Amino acid sequence: MTKYEHEETWIYLSLQEVSCSFGVTTETILDIIDEGIVTAHINEQQEMQFDAEALRSIRTTLRLHQDLGVNMAGAALALELLGEIERLRALLPRG
Amino acid sequence: MEYKDYYKVMGLDKNADQDEIKRVYRKLARKYHPDVSKESNAEHKFKELGEAYEVLKDPEKRAKYDQYGQYWQHPEQQYQQQQQQSSNRHYQPGADDDQAAAFEDFINQTFRQRYRQDNASYYDKGQDIHAKMTISLEDSFNGAEKSLQLRIPEVDAYGQMDYALRTIKVKIPKGIGDTQQIRLKGQGNKGSGNQPGDLYIEINIAPHPLFRLDKKDLWLDLPISPWEATLGATVEVPTLAGVVKLKIPKLSQSGSHMRLKGKGLPGGDQMVTLQIVIPKIENEQVNKLYEEMASIAHFNPREKLGVRNDKV
Repeated sequence: MTKYEHEETWIYLSLQEVSCSFGVTTETILDIIDEGIVTAHINEQQEMQFDAEALRSIRTTLRLHQDLGVNMAGAALALELLGEIERLRALLPRG
Repeated sequence: MEYKDYYKVMGLDKNADQDEIKRVYRKLARKYHPDVSKESNAEHKFKELGEAYEVLKDPEKRAKYDQYGQYWQHPEQQYQQQQQQSSNRHYQPGADDDQAAAFEDFINQTFRQRYRQDNASYYDKGQDIHAKMTISLEDSFNGAEKSLQLRIPEVDAYGQMDYALRTIKVKIPKGIGDTQQIRLKGQGNKGSGNQPGDLYIEINIAPHPLFRLDKKDLWLDLPISPWEATLGATVEVPTLAGVVKLKIPKLSQSGSHMRLKGKGLPGGDQMVTLQIVIPKIENEQVNKLYEEMASIAHFNPREKLGVRNDKV
């Protein structure tokens, strides 16, 4: 099966790859880091690495900005509150 | 492109002014934004809303929509009507049909423009697609193969704007966690360059009726009877891998946890929270036994609250 040849589940992306993937400048990604929304890992070559969780947060930040006009600080707040809602919802009894 | 009543989509009156349209759009956009909303069809509603607003926010486009929209008919209806007409008399294309065609042109043009804007890329590599997919807990536990349908905007040979459905088979690796990502290299948009973009899929695990997922661990509330809790017992417990036996120690309290090692998602355990429950049906004999217990046990469950036992 050649179809799954390129399938990966554990992804680390570089700053360049992330900005390219979302079609934004690297400055935008750095702004998101400065806002404290995501933390990049630093590898042995002193390069930034973004994991799946970071990708998810960046994607949500960009979408909230693009779709709802939410700025970085607002997106940071929204993400924290969404995380809290998710945590609380998980505690609710089933059924 | 299908005709949609954009006023209805936004819950607006036909006479709504531009300010109101904007206000309502903002409000609904927040409500249905797929990253924020928990509504089941949020993504679809959000897209529909965006489409409606694209037209209604612009007074010029809105005027055209109002003008032509009333003539638009669903192709099937149109066909039926033609059939009816031709059976009565010779069918002649009327003014309504011209208007309908003009309307379709207008809608197609509007969304073609938007498609171009959305896809303007400064990179040689084709654009990446970011999608979401919801799977069941069992799919993650067992591994699975799923189909993902993507609606890719396309301009066809006649210059008409349309969505092409692309179905991609996705292998769900065993033990994938909630919000984890899968990347399929080269499955994104083609773009102008040679290198196609990648497809990123965020996996969401749907809530399970029995188990709650916490990272790799599964949590289950296990009801036990007062006598099982007091005397200890071996009971059957469901797990994703089938029923297992669990030994409940003597004097188990409600709310205490037990761990079934290695019974969670790969790398995790199943956690069991004991819950003492009593029968819902009254039984005279049982009541008598309880009365006897009450007189023997001298138990004050509210000691810590600083209140006395009623019977004492």
